[in-house]
Amino acid sequence: MSTDQHAVVSPLTLPSLPYPDNALAPVISANTLGFHYGKHHRGYVDNLNKLVAGTDFADLPLPKIISETAGKPDKATIFNNAAQIWNHTFYWNSLRAAGGGQPPALLKEKIEASFGTLDACKKELAAAAMAQFGSGWAWLVLDGDKIKVVKTANAEVPMTAGQKPLLTIDVWEHAYYLDYQNRRLDYVQAVLDKLINWDFAAENLG
Amino acid sequence: MSHILPELPYAYDALEPYIDARTMEIHHTRHHQAYITNLNAAIKDKVELQQMSVDQLIRNLDEIPEEIRTIVRNHGGGHANHSFFWPLLKKDVALAGPIADAITADFGSFENFREKFTAAATRVFGSGWAWLTVDNRKLEIVATPNQDSPIMLGKIPVLGLDVWEHAYYLLYQNRRPDYIAAFFNVINWEKVNDNFLAAVN
Repeated sequence: MSTDQHAVVSPLTLPSLPYPDNALAPVISANTLGFHYGKHHRGYVDNLNKLVAGTDFADLPLPKIISETAGKPDKATIFNNAAQIWNHTFYWNSLRAAGGGQPPALLKEKIEASFGTLDACKKELAAAAMAQFGSGWAWLVLDGDKIKVVKTANAEVPMTAGQKPLLTIDVWEHAYYLDYQNRRLDYVQAVLDKLINWDFAAENLG
Repeated sequence: MSHILPELPYAYDALEPYIDARTMEIHHTRHHQAYITNLNAAIKDKVELQQMSVDQLIRNLDEIPEEIRTIVRNHGGGHANHSFFWPLLKKDVALAGPIADAITADFGSFENFREKFTAAATRVFGSGWAWLTVDNRKLEIVATPNQDSPIMLGKIPVLGLDVWEHAYYLLYQNRRPDYIAAFFNVINWEKVNDNFLAAVN
């Protein structure tokens, strides 16, 4: 699912939100989702379609555009928009109404093997989300056989470091500013306790 | 010596309707204060660093002990940048004096400067700042990521614009270009002129 969600090639279309825009309230308001999905996510799609029109990238699926442009300074604008499309789609799927709670058994076992307890894993995710200075993302990833917490700046993705993303939390200020202003920790903790979609993370284990 | 939050030289609503009072208050009392709190915590056991101004701290980051260098860069930078930013804002100040002449000389026209500065501020991806700096007596437009300062690059800032989303999101949401356009109504050109004269003299 995580790599197939953008298999359709040019022009890229904005994937549907997997729930109505009020589904995550009150943790994330419909107002925030309206801007985040309807303006930011859509903006990245529109930008990328303009950037790749008439180039070789226009015929590539999104994950391929990301991998082909990663780490190339002259392709940074294409990478940024492409990766942000992918990141946001992955983020929407990392959340659900009435999320949180306990992960499915296999994922829980792996989390406990890596972090000791689920609570320790959530604490590490929150710490990574807080430690990301400026804009970026906190991730739960599979790195080899081990589950890890990582953070990335701006549009950066864990795949470029050979890690398989399991779930993500957006810590760009636009993800929480209308609802939480400077209180990023309140947003992150509420997401982890009430919205995080452990089933999606378990599916991504493969 | 602990760093303390400088008072704003105006009321929180002084820049309405271009920048709203709520944004100003949160930006000043929460964001700027947090940079100061984190900077103070980082240098609390470093007596020699406590004697230095924040601009001195960020000017030579290589000389900051490695274990606190990133914190000083990010939070010292945040303190320096915001302290520099607040006095740059004032309504109804006309562009005049040597800075006006220098902008025309170095950019051809004010409109060309405005266009280039707007483009630089729009292009910052993620969090950061756009700046007008003086380097070797010449004006330049520079962008920096996060809380990096032109001072870290050996350049002297005379004007800066915060384009972190927290600077504009409550009023403008995703419309950063509208915020940048509004900024041109609240530039305190007298202060920019003072900064310019100090930089070239």
